[in-house]
Amino acid sequence: MIENRPWLTFVSHATLLLGIALVALPVWMALVASTHPASAFGVGHIPLWFGDSGVDTWKTVLLEKAGNGIDTPVFFMMLNSLIMALGITFGKIAISLLSAYAIVFFRFPFRDLCFWIIFMTLMLPVEVRIVPTYEVVANLDLLNSYTGLTLPLIASATATFLFRQCFLSIPGELVEAARIDGAGPFRFFFDILLPLSRTNIAALFVILFIYGWNQYLWPLLITTDDAYYTLVMSIKRMLSVTDGDIAWNQIMATTLLAMLPPVAVVIGMQKLFVKGLVDSEK
Amino acid sequence: MTVTFPQKGLPWLLLLPQLLVTAIFFLWPAEQALEQAFYQEDAFGLSREFVGFENFIDLFTDPLYYQSMLTTLFFSFSVAILGISVALLLAVMADRVIRGKLAYQTLLIWPYAVAPALAGVLWWILFDPSMGPIALWLNSAGVDWNHYLNGNQAMILVVIASTWKQISYNFLFFLAGLQAVPRSLIEAASIDGASPFKRFWTIVFPLLSPTTFFLLVVNLVYAFFETFGVIDATTKGGPGQSTNTLVYKVFEDGFVGLDLGGSAAQSVVLMGIVGLMTVIQFRFIERKVQYS
Repeated sequence: MIENRPWLTFVSHATLLLGIALVALPVWMALVASTHPASAFGVGHIPLWFGDSGVDTWKTVLLEKAGNGIDTPVFFMMLNSLIMALGITFGKIAISLLSAYAIVFFRFPFRDLCFWIIFMTLMLPVEVRIVPTYEVVANLDLLNSYTGLTLPLIASATATFLFRQCFLSIPGELVEAARIDGAGPFRFFFDILLPLSRTNIAALFVILFIYGWNQYLWPLLITTDDAYYTLVMSIKRMLSVTDGDIAWNQIMATTLLAMLPPVAVVIGMQKLFVKGLVDSEK
Repeated sequence: MTVTFPQKGLPWLLLLPQLLVTAIFFLWPAEQALEQAFYQEDAFGLSREFVGFENFIDLFTDPLYYQSMLTTLFFSFSVAILGISVALLLAVMADRVIRGKLAYQTLLIWPYAVAPALAGVLWWILFDPSMGPIALWLNSAGVDWNHYLNGNQAMILVVIASTWKQISYNFLFFLAGLQAVPRSLIEAASIDGASPFKRFWTIVFPLLSPTTFFLLVVNLVYAFFETFGVIDATTKGGPGQSTNTLVYKVFEDGFVGLDLGGSAAQSVVLMGIVGLMTVIQFRFIERKVQYS
């Protein structure tokens, strides 16, 4: 603090509180909406304070069926989302660790070319090449499968760059010492490199988990069988019923449940999240 | 210079998974899009004929495509500028306060974790013309709110929902940037009698310009490519063409309109745009390193 200006401090706190209130507003409304029966939502009317059917709605949606044309319960789609999110996260981390290891600690022909090929994935987000990617996955018979949900998304230039950066900062003496002590490439990787990259892996895990959980377009395209529906995409299917018949209370409860896991991860692992966010942009 | 291992075959084995996934799910589809862009295919996929640059000519003579480009630019810059301004204000305030800094940070950053489609749904219910509290309030204030019919209002809705999600990201980067501003500079200025307002515009804001520029690029990329969910869950590109961004149009023409050649040509154009933006982003990052 440079100088004491009480009015400015007051304005700061007031602005921040207003910001927080605005940011929280839609979630507050959703929470309120989920505690009312579907019939409470009519023309010119939406409840502004909590009702008393919240427990029923949440229980039905979570355990019995999500409603609005989806017969599977939310917890089942949560499992699908979890499988997809963890598959993408572990897949990305594993293959990026290996490729960064190869690029930093080995010399071989076409090393730069490999690096550029990986770099190119940055320029090809799935939204841009959506039709041909769908065709490739359909040709490989991966529609409606966990492999189809995860495998096409696990190539990652960002993670490879991050690990490359991290490996490059490891002093050469350490590698030399390990080699003199007789450590081969595998021993070095598991006993020295992995433990040294632990924080980076954890930070990346947080970011990638959110990325994986929040996938929308891809699961929407390749799953037609509700056994593979993920939670975030199911919202779209729930909204496709005719306008007047939308049970908003169920949609709101499902929406809140769908955002709960990643939000909990961000709040619970805030330090790692911030580190991951800042690192992955470098 | 890093010390390396002498093995020759091993690195290929290590790179294999990444290269395979990249080749099958990134390069092959990209190549298919490139090829498809030069063919015209019937809606059943039974036959196709080589048409040269016709798909591209159709695309660039189509007024709808220009309209979509303008929509995208307007949408992206609105999201970027609104998000950056609000986040900068909040970050400056959060940097000032001593008490409760971490609590404020926690309560402001969580929307990052909300999927774009869910953000769209959350704001939709607030703005729903027949029952949304904000829409009703606007109606009573004399604004006839109906984003199902009014294109500008639909645009406002998707901009708000997309910005809401991105504020947390900008906020964190601004906060980090503010903490890197040397205290001695601020102190010197305040001894010279500069007010907090003046100190911000003459010292802090110029020092934040690399962060601001970086965030501008990242936000534009976000608005271009990652807001698909917001649009799909709320307006589906409508009403009319008013929220039909380039990325949404690729999807719509390809999967709904079944115009595979046209969609592929759009994919190729978009790949060019992403490539350009990636290059800008990376060139800039080199400069950012020099700054710090």
